Amino acid sequence: MKYVDEFRDGATARQLAARLAAEADPARAYRLMEFCGGHTHAIFRYGIPDLLPANVRLIHGPGCPVCVMPIGRLDMAIELARRPEVILCTYGDMLRVPASGRVSLLKARAEGAAVRMLYSPVEALKLAQDNPNKEVVFFAIGFETTTPPTALVIEQAQRLGLKNFSVFCNHVLTPAAMHAILATPEARAGALQLDGFIGPAHVSTVIGSAPYAPFPEQYGTPLVIAGFEPLDLLQALLMLVRQLNEGRAEVENQFTRAVTAEGNRKAKALTERVFELRESFEWRGLGAVPHSALQIREAFAAFDAERRFALEPRTGLENKACECPAILRGAKSPRDCRLFGNPCTPDNPLGSCMVSSEGACAAWYAYGRQRQGAVEVAR
Amino acid sequence: MSRLDLKNGSVEMVHGSGGRAMGQLIEELFARALRNQWLDQRNDQAQFELPPGRVVMATDSHVISPLFFPGGDIGSLAVHGTINDVAMAGARPCYLAAGFILEEGFPLADLARIVESMAAAAREAGVPVVTGDTKVVERGKGDGVFITTTGVGVVPAGLHLSGDQARPGDCILLSGSIGDHGVTILSLREGLGFEADIGSDSQALHGLVAAMVEAVPQIRCLRDPTRGGLGNTLNELARQSGVGMQLVERAIPLREPVRAACEFLGLDPLYVANEGKLIAICPAEQAERLLAVMREHPQGREAAIIGTVVADERRFVQMETLFGGSRMVDWLNGEQLPRIC
Amino acid sequence: MCLAIPVRIEELLDEQSAVACIGGLRKTINVALLDDLKVGDYVILHVGFALQKLDETEAQRTLALLAELGQLAEAEQGEAP
Repeated sequence: MKYVDEFRDGATARQLAARLAAEADPARAYRLMEFCGGHTHAIFRYGIPDLLPANVRLIHGPGCPVCVMPIGRLDMAIELARRPEVILCTYGDMLRVPASGRVSLLKARAEGAAVRMLYSPVEALKLAQDNPNKEVVFFAIGFETTTPPTALVIEQAQRLGLKNFSVFCNHVLTPAAMHAILATPEARAGALQLDGFIGPAHVSTVIGSAPYAPFPEQYGTPLVIAGFEPLDLLQALLMLVRQLNEGRAEVENQFTRAVTAEGNRKAKALTERVFELRESFEWRGLGAVPHSALQIREAFAAFDAERRFALEPRTGLENKACECPAILRGAKSPRDCRLFGNPCTPDNPLGSCMVSSEGACAAWYAYGRQRQGAVEVAR
Repeated sequence: MSRLDLKNGSVEMVHGSGGRAMGQLIEELFARALRNQWLDQRNDQAQFELPPGRVVMATDSHVISPLFFPGGDIGSLAVHGTINDVAMAGARPCYLAAGFILEEGFPLADLARIVESMAAAAREAGVPVVTGDTKVVERGKGDGVFITTTGVGVVPAGLHLSGDQARPGDCILLSGSIGDHGVTILSLREGLGFEADIGSDSQALHGLVAAMVEAVPQIRCLRDPTRGGLGNTLNELARQSGVGMQLVERAIPLREPVRAACEFLGLDPLYVANEGKLIAICPAEQAERLLAVMREHPQGREAAIIGTVVADERRFVQMETLFGGSRMVDWLNGEQLPRIC
Repeated sequence: MCLAIPVRIEELLDEQSAVACIGGLRKTINVALLDDLKVGDYVILHVGFALQKLDETEAQRTLALLAELGQLAEAEQGEAP
């Protein structure tokens, strides 16, 4: 596969790893956070931690829209699905996430709720057209990559004059979340010790590199936008190590083949037309973060499931021993959670970090738990 | 009584009630396609002799949707699947039984097509369907058709294949590319729809097995990685034998379109279903010989040694990635779902 | 988040849709978020939508840089890895 395989070449990876080992200063530690869950997944899938020198440590950030969704929002989705007139459409990622009372969308489906998995939001439109007597609700999740498709589909629904289609919007924003991480209690107390960020790949193709400028300016943290493939990640790590060695704090773009300063203007304009900022949104692990999420504009109110169904906000019940919140902040590692591995496993997930395939816990469990003694946390 | 309308007719409750209508369904649809000396007797059971050896029996239920797909259908799958289960003991499959649960309203044309496909698969494999049963359930209570097949075979003396026989140092072999069946099924789902040069790999493997056990009777075990894929099946074996495994990603055969489909759906090919492949574990000394024998057979042309069995109390299956890094190949709980993240 | 993959535009169907190809697999995708697409362009595909064009010149440049970094490492180690 072109533009994929070349960036997965093993021999080049080993060479890059050697370069990294040569340039990393043995007298210091490099604590680098990959914000994006897709990066977390790639890191473990390709065994990247094995290639890094011991003083370059990766901390896994909250860029997993499944992981950061507060249970209360999922409870609302399940409630919607249980209404007899509703067909709830969702991406596969959300099906197994446990909500309050250990119910998931999958369990709700087993109990009779109409829940359908889709690959693309376009399928939800078709479902609405094919089922005029049902209310089709699309459970929209994701960061800025996934938002423009939802916007397109809402505009399309309006053009088609659909009367039975709506969206339960849970789209969230990357820069706001990154700011929130740097403002957590641990961070303020100086306990987080984050030296740099690996910026998300595909979010950045949409928003461009410009929105990351405040990070080096405000916090002195270098940031390198990295492509999705393992060689991209290794190169980005090298670029971060170099910035830190040279005392620089800049936004650099490793993913030049797909990320420009501006991003995708058309996609951004479309998002602007359909969505507006929420005052505040509850994030699992980060608490209430201002201006970090989107809601549907008044002009498209007919397609807003929250308004259409007069949904009551719910506060979900979290397992008290679950360390997802701290893990999502990068303050703890999966192994620090006393539930990790027993009883919390992908079979029996107690928190969202274990359900989502790119949650730190699931990635660690699925790919990395054979590496005894490896600790990836900044203290 | 007029003949069954195989073109436009559909299954009715009366076809399951044991009377004339059911007799007609059996006569004009099932027995006509599956014709052999046992079915021709029209008894409720089949009587036969078995060649000498230890008797092996296996059963499988098939609830697949969609019923028809490139490379096969529920009928051929039902035949191949049970033949393979029997063959994985190193056995020669001899006879099959087939039970059908039909949903009221299911088109007779589709049923005829499925049964003809079963008949063709059975003929090609040389394993006849000698007895069967049909029931009908009300509309809404069945997914068109469910098929259960049971197979009986014999293992020659001297063979002791079992999933608990793997030992540290043994080699792990795979007969061909993974993921073809599962990706084919997914490609037919709406929305996921894509065109690709892929089809189910559904096939009966007893011919390949016979060649393998004749050349290398010391094979520890055979297993076909069906639902759950290579990754889960290897974990099952690791658990049963109380060992660990080290795989080499580079060595695992994977066709390009299957790889591409897995990439864009976010699926790991290690966990995608296969219906015409087998895993073999054998002592290291015999591995090259076994590989050569497999590659000589049309069903094993792409066979490869994909890893080794190691001592590991934790029973982990691990894999050296294309990078030289190491990752776990975990035992999944449920089926993989396509993901966007 | 954001599992996306580069695919090649094989055929433009209308303003909204195109047929894309990757690894021998063809799929109809939505291209409404991009302008001025041509057959032969590579785009990043996510949930059935093309989100951004892939700049092939930049891709080659990155690969060349990676190779160069690799050679430096080899030279330093004094032997091929």
